[in-house]
Amino acid sequence: MPYIPHTPADQQAMLEAIGVSAVADLFQDVPASHRFPELHLPPAASELEILDELYGLALKNSSTGCYATFLGAGAYNHFVPSVIPYLASRGEFVTAYTPYQPEVSQGTLQAIFEYQTMIAGLTGMDVVNASHYDGATAMAEAAIMAVNVARRQRTKILISPSVHPQYRQTLRTYLSAGQAAVAGDENLRSTLADLTGMLDGDAACLIVQNPNFFGELMDVAGLADAVHAAGALLVVVANPIISLGMLKPPGDYGADIVVAEGQPLGLGLNLGGPYLGVFAAREAYVRKMPGRLVGETTDTQGRRAFVLTLTPREQHIRREKATSNICTNQGLMALMAGMYLATMGRQGLRAVAGLCYHRAHYAAAEIDKLKGYRVVSRAPFFNEFAVQCPRPVADVNHALREKNIMGGYDLQADYPHATNQMLVCVTEMNPRAQIDRLVAGLASA
Amino acid sequence: MNLDTKARYSESHEWVRKEGSVIVCGISDHAQQELSDVVYVELPEVGRRLARGEVFGVVESVKAASDLYMPMGGEITAANEKLPSSPEWVNQEPYGQGWMIKFKPADPAEWDSLMSAEDYERSVSGA
Amino acid sequence: MNSPEPLIFEISSPGHTAFSLPALDVPLAAPLPADMLRAELPLPEVTELDVVRHYTRLSQLNYSIDTQFYPLGSCTMKYNPKVNERAAAIEGLSQVHPLQPEDTIQGSLELMYALQEALKEISGFAGISLQPAAGAHGELSGVLIVRAYHHSRGDARRTRMLVPDSAHGTNPASCAMAGFSVVEIPSDRRGNVDLEALKRTCDETVAGLMLTNPNTLGLFEEHILEVCQAIHACGGLMYGDGANLNALLGVARPADLGIDVMHFNLHKTFSTPHGGGGPGSGPVGVTERLAPFLPGPIVAWQGERYRWTMPEQSIGRVKAFHGNYGMAVRAYTYIRMLGAPGLRAVAENAVLNANYLRVRVAPHFPSAVDRICMHEFVAHGDVPGTDVRALDVAKRLIDYGFHPPTNYFPLIVHDALMIEPTETESKRALDAFADALASIAREARTDAGLLHQAPHHTPVTRVDEVKAARNPVLCYKG
Repeated sequence: MPYIPHTPADQQAMLEAIGVSAVADLFQDVPASHRFPELHLPPAASELEILDELYGLALKNSSTGCYATFLGAGAYNHFVPSVIPYLASRGEFVTAYTPYQPEVSQGTLQAIFEYQTMIAGLTGMDVVNASHYDGATAMAEAAIMAVNVARRQRTKILISPSVHPQYRQTLRTYLSAGQAAVAGDENLRSTLADLTGMLDGDAACLIVQNPNFFGELMDVAGLADAVHAAGALLVVVANPIISLGMLKPPGDYGADIVVAEGQPLGLGLNLGGPYLGVFAAREAYVRKMPGRLVGETTDTQGRRAFVLTLTPREQHIRREKATSNICTNQGLMALMAGMYLATMGRQGLRAVAGLCYHRAHYAAAEIDKLKGYRVVSRAPFFNEFAVQCPRPVADVNHALREKNIMGGYDLQADYPHATNQMLVCVTEMNPRAQIDRLVAGLASA
Repeated sequence: MNLDTKARYSESHEWVRKEGSVIVCGISDHAQQELSDVVYVELPEVGRRLARGEVFGVVESVKAASDLYMPMGGEITAANEKLPSSPEWVNQEPYGQGWMIKFKPADPAEWDSLMSAEDYERSVSGA
Repeated sequence: MNSPEPLIFEISSPGHTAFSLPALDVPLAAPLPADMLRAELPLPEVTELDVVRHYTRLSQLNYSIDTQFYPLGSCTMKYNPKVNERAAAIEGLSQVHPLQPEDTIQGSLELMYALQEALKEISGFAGISLQPAAGAHGELSGVLIVRAYHHSRGDARRTRMLVPDSAHGTNPASCAMAGFSVVEIPSDRRGNVDLEALKRTCDETVAGLMLTNPNTLGLFEEHILEVCQAIHACGGLMYGDGANLNALLGVARPADLGIDVMHFNLHKTFSTPHGGGGPGSGPVGVTERLAPFLPGPIVAWQGERYRWTMPEQSIGRVKAFHGNYGMAVRAYTYIRMLGAPGLRAVAENAVLNANYLRVRVAPHFPSAVDRICMHEFVAHGDVPGTDVRALDVAKRLIDYGFHPPTNYFPLIVHDALMIEPTETESKRALDAFADALASIAREARTDAGLLHQAPHHTPVTRVDEVKAARNPVLCYKG
């Protein structure tokens, strides 16, 4: 049996010590009629057989490496520096448990403390937690936190329709027990002005995504003031997070909570998970924050040490009154994101952002020249932009695939008024030659 | 176990003392011992009206977070503003500097249904 | 005094770089307006060698399964097979965008479908969703399913969820998030749910019972069939917390016992690694009548192709995209390596190991309940006649090279040490652990101070948790 070390002699000795004659005797409490069911599963495979099977499954996929990939919409094709999988695969990181015993977990604790610090700097905020499952759940927990900050006296969540559709769906699921009501995105074309017009004494927070789902940079001048004047919190979804290598961070324009999808920070695509829910907030709200927090302290010898702190907020102590039920989060992903930010560093993150920005603008300019195509919005953008296509996006993408190009996201799927509009994303993984192929491919699609 | 003999006590270990027309309230020495080092206290806003038994705040230690319950109903007239930045006062002087709130009682007769210091001591130590 | 390894910010030096990127190959676009741009970017500046040394040395400060025995109760710290990692790294399986068209990811969809089917077979459930990203996430999904089911029948009175006093904290926390009020049910002296107390509490305001079986004392619920019957009789549903499924693989199927909805922990039972706090994966399984409510999308086979599909009355999305797919690949690999006989051997040997260890440590640390245990047991960790508490015993175990067992939980046993060896530990490893505990019990009587100050041989000693909580420092400020 794989991974089970006992010989029959070992088992015999152990059974004798316990005082039973057979292993089956240990299961007498299981109702006899349901004991030892026969499970119909494929026969056990050896290592090489299962790997063979998996390589076969891989052949039934077309991974992004097979294409010039221009698909974003919340998950991004970025380069993962070689040091990250190398370091993150160390058994001492991968097979460690949650750092409840600080004396034997300083590696994990310090790495998360460093991650918290770097994300705080990136987002312009004061405190960062050790992760949520992904950007969508981080956003849902931010909404719940805003209601808690208002001591549950305010139960309305205002959200812009230009926040990622799947994030808005997740928010509604989290609030389906009625702790708060969601408004603002019933009209998919609501503007920021419409949204601020809905602020009142019942609004706990207003949530915007910047750049928004269409890639547009939002005009945030005065937004925080309007939200705060109504007594609410401003929550900003900072997707794609690489944009913070260039853009003014939400903390600088008055955000109270910033959430984001951390996947672009060295995590690879993985069909959507494991990803990384980034969560950052103002210091004043730290005791209402969900998730784990690593803090600095000293040990008995006066050495600097790191420890999980403010734990009474969490489920294992506060139980039904906890800030959240979150326990296992995405710890290894936060570690990897920290490694990515350390590796890219102050200059590298700017360089990645620059490559994304300038290449995306080159692509937009070239596509805009094509007959039948038009860049939809004149708003400033970072690395994603919506393109009006002459035919349904599915058809255009089908034609592009024949040329080994993976086209952008079909916006009409979530925004019925965005007829034949494709969300194109360009990153540092798309050299100019690929962009030129995309343009040529669109022209003949 | 230290007691303030002038105070009366609730089953959830809060104490109350009369101070003119208001009631001062905190947690008992027994309670702070059980919690061990207090790290944070969350107190209500002045002006809030709470009934007896309603939660008025939270006291946190490293290992626990306990709700604080109004021993009598009333309107909050003051909260110990300095306490959140000096939570150790709850441990050091639970009946003095570690006071938590003051309130105007809605029904002064509720005082009589609380335990005297001797009754409280008895209820904690053995009964 | 400094920490064993400096912070990355402390080895940062202006001008150092570790990145490698292509040069810009397109014309520069017009920059954004200045008020949209950031001024400072406060990230470290280090070399690649700095990065490698820093993180390698940080890793060396950790205990891990790869280096130490980790008998953490309810965490199932079994060996994490390396073939799982190799599988998850296969480029064709991992370099796939969640929004790619279905016909370009048939391999991944086939794998997820096969895992859904395998989990059904193992548990007896009719429907599985791989969406939840962790156990607590699966719990939230599960209680939302309970809520949705009752509402679909026009029953909005069921606002109470019953939870045993031995339950993991995520249980009541998840209930609160789903809008339920929590009613605690006591345990009896043999560690079971108090059946009489349960029956007295069952009425038409009860949505269900959240049960962990085996429970957090490591004991199989002796009245499991009656418990399920009592809840079903009053119209409630049985939620199963599957954290302790390691004891039941091939031994019993939760659905057979009467569970209606259950979450799995792939990072416990199915060997995916803990990662220092995740990522995990918490799929949820349901009986036929609850299948329409599963969180989606899930993978369906439509005769020719695998497709994403949203169950008809789904509670909705619980996260973006498709669950922690990378952990699904690992868990699938594990299940295929074991097959049905292997899975049963896991449960049998997990329970054998736990009982062996229970009797070996009993002379010094008796079990809280004197019964045959399942995959874990709870012992009293204090040493009578001394002032040594479970915390001290736990910290002293570190000096012997073991990660301490769980010792803050369950709340109903004082000075609890919850010990789960798992099936992947050898008899020799178990004997060494038992011997260490015996030695510590002797030390408690001769030199208690040694235990109170433990651990002595670690990169840092006991830390000041009060200071960390009173004056939280959550970022490096320079």
